[in-house]
Amino acid sequence: MKFYPGVPAMPGTSLDNHTGNWRTQKPVFDHAKCTACELCEQYCPEPCILVADDGKFDVDLDYCKGCGICAEVCPFDAIKMVLELK
Amino acid sequence: MARTLEKTQVMEGSRAIAASVQRCRPQVIAAYPITPQTHIVEHLAQAVANGELKAEYVKVESEHSAMSAVLGAEATGVRAYTASSSQGVLLMHEVLYNVAALRLPVVMTVANRAISQPINIWNDHQDAMSARDTGFIQIFAEDNQEACDLQYQAYKIAEHKDVLLPVMVCVDGYVLTHSYEPVSLLDQDLADQFLPPYEPSWALDVDRPVTYGVMLGPGEYLEHKYVLQQAQKRALGVIEDVAREFGTLTGRTHGGLVEEYRLDDADVALVGLGSLVSALREAADQLREQGIKAGVLKIRTFRPFPAEKIAAALGGVKRVVVIDKGYSLGSGGILGMEITAALAAAGVPALVDRFVGGLGGRPIPASTVVRAVVAPELPRSQDGFLDLKPEYLGEGD
Amino acid sequence: MLIQVRIHGRGGQGVVTAAELLAIAVHEQGLFPQAFPEFGSERMGSPVRSYVRISDQPVRIRTPVEEPDIVIVQDPTLIWAEKVTAGLKPGGLVLVNTELASAELGIDGDLRVVTVPATKIALETMNRPIPNTALLGAFGGITGLVSMSAIKGACEHRFAGELAGLNIACAQRAYDFVSALARN
Repeated sequence: MKFYPGVPAMPGTSLDNHTGNWRTQKPVFDHAKCTACELCEQYCPEPCILVADDGKFDVDLDYCKGCGICAEVCPFDAIKMVLELK
Repeated sequence: MARTLEKTQVMEGSRAIAASVQRCRPQVIAAYPITPQTHIVEHLAQAVANGELKAEYVKVESEHSAMSAVLGAEATGVRAYTASSSQGVLLMHEVLYNVAALRLPVVMTVANRAISQPINIWNDHQDAMSARDTGFIQIFAEDNQEACDLQYQAYKIAEHKDVLLPVMVCVDGYVLTHSYEPVSLLDQDLADQFLPPYEPSWALDVDRPVTYGVMLGPGEYLEHKYVLQQAQKRALGVIEDVAREFGTLTGRTHGGLVEEYRLDDADVALVGLGSLVSALREAADQLREQGIKAGVLKIRTFRPFPAEKIAAALGGVKRVVVIDKGYSLGSGGILGMEITAALAAAGVPALVDRFVGGLGGRPIPASTVVRAVVAPELPRSQDGFLDLKPEYLGEGD
Repeated sequence: MLIQVRIHGRGGQGVVTAAELLAIAVHEQGLFPQAFPEFGSERMGSPVRSYVRISDQPVRIRTPVEEPDIVIVQDPTLIWAEKVTAGLKPGGLVLVNTELASAELGIDGDLRVVTVPATKIALETMNRPIPNTALLGAFGGITGLVSMSAIKGACEHRFAGELAGLNIACAQRAYDFVSALARN
């Protein structure tokens, strides 16, 4: 990558900063309990809650920092934070 | 450089510097926190708050105010201290000239850091280099022991009747300020013996009124600058005397104006400032293992510039390799320019290679220095810049 | 002699304190230490590093440790978050804080992997999840670079009152744990 003069940051370049490695716990969705209320999506500070083609909610692990806000705000207890040991 | 572990303790550089400043018994401290200077003034603020240091700690809203506050304090005849970095030193800039020209022996520690833009909090020497013409004496520390020992020496030099100039103690930000290594602090008795209380020649005093900061017109201003220049020149001798006295008292020497390492029979001399000198020593040893007779000239005092000492030390070498961590855009490495001028003035025929590296905190390992000696063609063709990454060069992708 | 150590942790876990403690212990041992953090802004939870050099002479290299002899991993989740073994010399030591066995970590190569349940030891001994002194004890037990008496001195230097004793107990338990591993 070469610098433009003044090194302006172009739109969308924060996508290169994969913050997923900050995480120790990852959110796991219980799709049977999820009502697709979108609260997690609105609270996620990253934002990395995804809605798949089948309408199911999931998380983009490249960027999820594991903060657990989604699990905290979920009114249906459909998100659990799980220690990640691959 | 022979060191023993006797009576040393492992401390963070900033904490050790703050403890040393405390032993100098400053009566007024004014500082504005800025990375990587922050830990130094935090520790001092804590010492004042805990009653361990009897001083007025003035919390200010900017570095301009910090330097103005120590100017005012010092003018009332007390010992004053401040510290800063990078943009902070730039914001102080006009006050630096005032402090020096008013002959106020303030001591300031600069945790050396790069200058914006692009914003960068890591180490190089651009902040100190930007203040080189202000009238401050500038001395660079190679390691944390020297950074500590310099605080005492700085006051002794600054307050010397033949000098009366402020001193900037330059300490590489992060590289030294945030590193833990064994250091030895002076006992307070020994510190007091080396550095007695400050006795000003003049002080703001309502019973003995004087005015600081008069206006001088075209008829007198030039002479005022000449007098300042003479004080800078007298400081050359005082810095050496003070270093010698400190060495006698503590057994620790770090050089006065310059320090030589394996230079006696050297063909190539490596020259630099601050913690980089440690890498130069390492590189010189590696070069000697390869059969190249290399030595090091550490420039400890940058202002006043010890041109004659440098010319004498480098008189016998064939080649001088200067590595700068400060740069004058449109010209070149600043130490390199001064070395070149000093050697030319003294008729020293050595070839001078002027390189620049380490800007914005890029590490300069010994291998980079060795490469600059054995394969100088590429950096020579790139304005002396070492280890350029071609992938970032050019106008956008 | 120059031994280079790299410590991996997460922002907030105390990688700097770990490096400082090791440096103090090395000093107590009568050797020359140097320790420093990865310079810059630290963010809670992000992978961060610190470095320690151990020598019989004052250390004059000040660049980050790229080719460590020893790597200490404060948090096992880091093994999958970044390449903690990068640049590690052949036969080098990886000391990991985890209750898992070394074979379960999937670290390949000509390396010696030792695991110690440092957080568990810290929780059981002083009811705090701070693994630093247990890891220091394990480091001493495996490498022999710092003795238990040097570690004890470091804890007494760094911690006040009751905390010093608790940290020494942590270090001793980890020291004994790795010593037992070596015997088996």
